[in-house]
Amino acid sequence: MKVKKGKDVITFNLMAYILVGIFALACVIPFYLIIVGSITKEKIIVTEGYQFFVTAREFSLEAYKMALKSPESIISAYGVTIFVTIVGTTLSLFFTAMTGYVLSRPDFPWRNGVSFFFFFTTLFSGGLVPWYLLCTKYFNFSNHIYSLIIPGLFSVWNMIIAKSFMKGIPFEMTEAAKIDGAGDFYIFYKVILPMAKPLIATLALFVALAYWNDWYNCMLFMSTSDNWNLQYTLQNILNSTNALKRVAAQTGMQVGQLPSEGLKLAMTVIATGPIVLLYPFLQKYFVKGLTIGAVKG
Amino acid sequence: MNRLKINIKKNRTLLLMLVPSIIFVVIFSYIPMAGVVVAFKNYNYYDGFLKSPWVGFDNFHYLFVTGKIWELTRNTLLYNMAFIFFGIIFEVGFAIILSEITGKVFKKVAQGFIFLPYFISWVVVSTIMLNIFGENGVLNSILGAVGIKGFSIYQQVSQWPLVMIFVRLWKQTGYGTVVYLAAIAGISQEMSEASKIDGASVWQRIRYITIPSLKPTIFIMTLLAIGNIFRGDFGMFYQLVGSNQLLLQSSDVIDTYVYRSLITTPNIGMSTAAGLYQSVLCFVTICTANYLVKWFEPDYTLF
Repeated sequence: MKVKKGKDVITFNLMAYILVGIFALACVIPFYLIIVGSITKEKIIVTEGYQFFVTAREFSLEAYKMALKSPESIISAYGVTIFVTIVGTTLSLFFTAMTGYVLSRPDFPWRNGVSFFFFFTTLFSGGLVPWYLLCTKYFNFSNHIYSLIIPGLFSVWNMIIAKSFMKGIPFEMTEAAKIDGAGDFYIFYKVILPMAKPLIATLALFVALAYWNDWYNCMLFMSTSDNWNLQYTLQNILNSTNALKRVAAQTGMQVGQLPSEGLKLAMTVIATGPIVLLYPFLQKYFVKGLTIGAVKG
Repeated sequence: MNRLKINIKKNRTLLLMLVPSIIFVVIFSYIPMAGVVVAFKNYNYYDGFLKSPWVGFDNFHYLFVTGKIWELTRNTLLYNMAFIFFGIIFEVGFAIILSEITGKVFKKVAQGFIFLPYFISWVVVSTIMLNIFGENGVLNSILGAVGIKGFSIYQQVSQWPLVMIFVRLWKQTGYGTVVYLAAIAGISQEMSEASKIDGASVWQRIRYITIPSLKPTIFIMTLLAIGNIFRGDFGMFYQLVGSNQLLLQSSDVIDTYVYRSLITTPNIGMSTAAGLYQSVLCFVTICTANYLVKWFEPDYTLF
């Protein structure tokens, strides 16, 4: 049955389009401005500031040329980020899903106790310092690539999401496989994991995003630049061009020739590009994932 | 005793499957919990956790007497309260609006746009801020073009908290909106259909059906946020405020302070003490909040 659109619906929609429209634009315009800034001539940026539009006269790819002039650091950073993201996400998902499955089994006698054992770590923590000391002093995290992977290997929240999803898979599946003589690990790996594909897909996206966007662990543990990931390299370029500018201002040197302002933005585009490009395809999985994760301890 | 043995034997594969994650949590969560003893010690690198000499409450004493910790606690608390309060309004508000809007294509596109900032790191957010609000940012270029003198947002000490709140809303609203949209999708359609036939306006539907049905989700999300109310978002504060002395007064949070006193002036005992103080506050807050919720709305508790 079709209900006639009343006056209230029209007013509501008018208001809705305006509010949502403004906010949605505010969310994307910054991305557009970064791209504009990265292809604007450095001279324009220095004398007139970053612009809203770029005209043919002001257009220049100088910043990208500069960024890619010595591509080793970018390539290495990309390599580190991709490696860490792939290895970290795979291992993290495996451990998280496996734990979630065991704790979702109604016939596992210690499920409540063990669940609380995990959950408690989200209520209380020792803080940054003891953790940092442990990692650097006893586990030799400094300047090793595994220090970027290990901290994200297991997340209690993701485990809780996995557990509540797997509770939704009928226990008869496990029982039937058992009768057929399958072991518990085999059941998890061959029966449950394939059924939990939607869960795995969405958790994978969240974990991968966290690895991709990580700069914190890199900042804590990497003093030499060999194993810097993308975000931390970007952060360093931002800071060093700021430092460069300060030095230049003090010594009266001309910085205008170096595309330092444009370089920051070009690097930002290079570091963020893959995520923004993949975003339209991945977005629906994220949305689905949040729908799955009705978080409750 | 015998039953335990039988149980262990019966569940040995399942127990083995738990081993990696249990080891992980013991090493990286439980041992650091024990590591807070450092807060009561004068830590030095050679003696380590166990052998460094005890100093009692000296580290705490220093922290409290200098008065720094009150300022940090106040900043952290006030910022998080503002984030939670405005966060709920924006997230629930946009979720409701998006769920009722008639244009389906507009809804899809807008939702995609609003969710986008969630996917970038705080490093990138800080570039975006410089690009728009910095001294030669887009805003100043536009203001300059219409003849208004520009300014740098990083010097506006009194308005800075507002900037932080806006940036926070800009980045996080998309995520929350999706969570609440999912909750709205779970509301039975019959109720809203019936109310439409009975002649309820959009406003009445929102007021009497949507908002009451969202209550459990709002409770849980808020409870989760309250549990972290004494934890500052390190990435945000570190990247946006950095070491800007002007802004640090009003925008130094416990987490950034702990980090700085660990890295720049290694005072291990004191920074552990600050961290322990924060953890205890968080623990007490979440337990109290959960207890209160249990008292009033037993269905909405976290644990």
